[in-house]
Amino acid sequence: MTMAEISRPAACPACSVAGSAEDLAAQSAPTEARFLLSLPTAHCAACISAVERALNTQPGVHEARVNLTLKRVAVDADPNIAPDTLINVLNGIGYEAHELDAATLSATATDRAGRDILMRMAVAGFAMMNVMLLSVAVWSGAADATRDLFHWISAAIALPTIVFSAQPFFRHAMQALRVGRLNMDVPISLAILLAGAMSLYETTQSGHHAYFDAALSLTFFLLMGRYLDHRTRAVARSAAEELAALEVPRAIRIGEHGEETVAIAELTVGDIVHVKPGARVPVDGVVTHGQSEIDRSMLTGESLPVFAGEGAVLSTGEVNLTGPLELQVTAAGEDSSLHRMAELVAVAETSKNRYTSLADRAAQIYAPGVHLLALFAFIGWLWYAGDLRLALNIAVAVLIITCPCALGLAVPAVTTAASGRLFKKGMLIKHPTALERLAEVDTVVFDKTGTLTLGAPQPTNLGDHPRRVLEIALALASASAHPLADALSKAAREAGIKPAKVHDVTEVPGHGIQATLADQQIRFGRAAWVGADAGAQTAAWLRIGKNAPVEFTFADSLRPGAQAAIQGLLKQGMTVQLISGDAPGPVADLASRLGITKWRAEALPDDKAQLVQALSDQGHRVLMVGDGLNDTAALAAAHASVSPATALDAARVASDIVLLGADIAPMSGAVTTARKATRRIRENFGIAAAYNAVAVPIALLGFATPLAAALAMSLSSITVSINALRLK
Amino acid sequence: MEMLVYLIPISLFLGALGLGGFFWALKSKQFEDPDGDGQRFLTDDWDEHPKP
Repeated sequence: MTMAEISRPAACPACSVAGSAEDLAAQSAPTEARFLLSLPTAHCAACISAVERALNTQPGVHEARVNLTLKRVAVDADPNIAPDTLINVLNGIGYEAHELDAATLSATATDRAGRDILMRMAVAGFAMMNVMLLSVAVWSGAADATRDLFHWISAAIALPTIVFSAQPFFRHAMQALRVGRLNMDVPISLAILLAGAMSLYETTQSGHHAYFDAALSLTFFLLMGRYLDHRTRAVARSAAEELAALEVPRAIRIGEHGEETVAIAELTVGDIVHVKPGARVPVDGVVTHGQSEIDRSMLTGESLPVFAGEGAVLSTGEVNLTGPLELQVTAAGEDSSLHRMAELVAVAETSKNRYTSLADRAAQIYAPGVHLLALFAFIGWLWYAGDLRLALNIAVAVLIITCPCALGLAVPAVTTAASGRLFKKGMLIKHPTALERLAEVDTVVFDKTGTLTLGAPQPTNLGDHPRRVLEIALALASASAHPLADALSKAAREAGIKPAKVHDVTEVPGHGIQATLADQQIRFGRAAWVGADAGAQTAAWLRIGKNAPVEFTFADSLRPGAQAAIQGLLKQGMTVQLISGDAPGPVADLASRLGITKWRAEALPDDKAQLVQALSDQGHRVLMVGDGLNDTAALAAAHASVSPATALDAARVASDIVLLGADIAPMSGAVTTARKATRRIRENFGIAAAYNAVAVPIALLGFATPLAAALAMSLSSITVSINALRLK
Repeated sequence: MEMLVYLIPISLFLGALGLGGFFWALKSKQFEDPDGDGQRFLTDDWDEHPKP
């Protein structure tokens, strides 16, 4: 066993999937000349040179460059180089490597949006500092011609900057106004534009007050909030896409010229596809040749493998366990079950986007309030003083002073701090409003197989059998890669059992293993094949000669931290439920082990979604935790959703939060963090409101100066940011 | 006060120079791999002669 094989499960839970992709890649003749490999264990300068040197000395490799931040290496090579040979080279020098699908990752290769915001922010920062220098001179007493000169220079810097840097706000404000809504960007845009226009007019009239610096610092601070917001989401998105990219979408097609590896998108109905043991079924199809057992737990939640012979119907996402299969494609592309699932997820996305975030709710109260206040100030002063210019000046001052600089930072500062904290604990926050929704949850619904359990069986009744039986069972089990046989041989070896000497060991795909021992035929495998009656539990049977068959039962092993996660959630006063597509026996057993009182077995995918919907209709806020295709609808319907990294891509896409490690324990902490974060956001709104309560009367009475506006703006922004950092 | 005629353009020019530098760094992908760049100068791969 190579080092990479040993370290794989621990270092990267998604690699159980990558295994099959690599198997496929082994026979591939890729057409593209650029490969991306994931290097999860690279961490230092020595790693960079070792990896680059090893790859650059390979014949056919043009250039390899490591990106340590993303833990990836990009290799430019001849098209006939197989990524698998490069992976073997890296494994040889002790680095774990997995191929990444370049097409999936290209979306994040260049972060255009991030660079765009950063560019606008830099321009705003430069302009703000220069204008602030000139403004300080004006505030400290520059008068007459000097003041006018400084104002003119400020205008020359500020106006082009506003046009360039504040564009994102103008664009969002226009979008909102076009559909007849008000968002935070409307008062922001109005304040920036009016401040610029009013200050320019004042400058032409050699007025005393110009708000160029206020308009610019407003733009700068708000862009900072935007950038923080963008960064948080970009980190989560690129990590999520890397998980998806580990599943290289390829299939082995049996064409006229033998086997060839093709992209799944190129398959058409009627093609024959080869599915190797241990690989995931790439398309919907009918078995035309071969026998095997199929693990369909990802689709149905059943933990018992199902027999598949000729004529059996297989769906995308199932795992072929024992024998090689040939499959005729019955649905490809838009008709495949995976594509239908993707459509379902798209529906879920829109329903989640309909959730009004705290920031939006604040904006809905705030924006009209500010506009009315400014209008009130304008009309009031016009009536009282009869001076249009004075009234307009005061109205603009009110708009600037109340402008939600602190409000713009209130949410992103907190979500950045909270997401960073959860990311360190191994949780990926994918959706912008995920934290707020998670904080409101009062009911948690768990899926069983693959979520609370690892989906890996453990023998439960080894102690009931005599030593001789165990020795024979071990001899047969060690000849197969089937998960049950594998689990049995591991457990038996750990118990110090030595395999018995048997002859003519052969595996019958889809049925089991047979051998001879002292002229007696021995069979180890499925109940029907051995000649026993199948029970409710997951089991393998051993029959020695004409003796009665012996049963070996198995139970799924618990995911680490499952106990802690459920205890933590119950302690917070949550209702915890278990719903699974598996048989009642294993579900009841697991529920009692974890202290879950409400459970349901043999649930179809629709049942899961209906349960979540029913709970929502009763007024509960449901958190759904699941990993399979059968959970996708429920994940989408729930108020918030979590899936483990080993989940199918469709399930991960449908969920708000992805658990990166195998341990599920951080989940209960996530709810606590989400609640704390929501409290901080509310506090930040409170701070912004308190500051407005002081500043607004001053502005209304006409005492506001550009200096006061600048001070108040900076002070409130800093207070809000510090309050957000308290989360750590 | 006549000094301002020189000082203001100079201060603006220097600021713009910094801004231009930042743009150049952003465009030439200097921010793609901050962790790796921090580590790379520790390697002695090209100490004897520059990378061809």
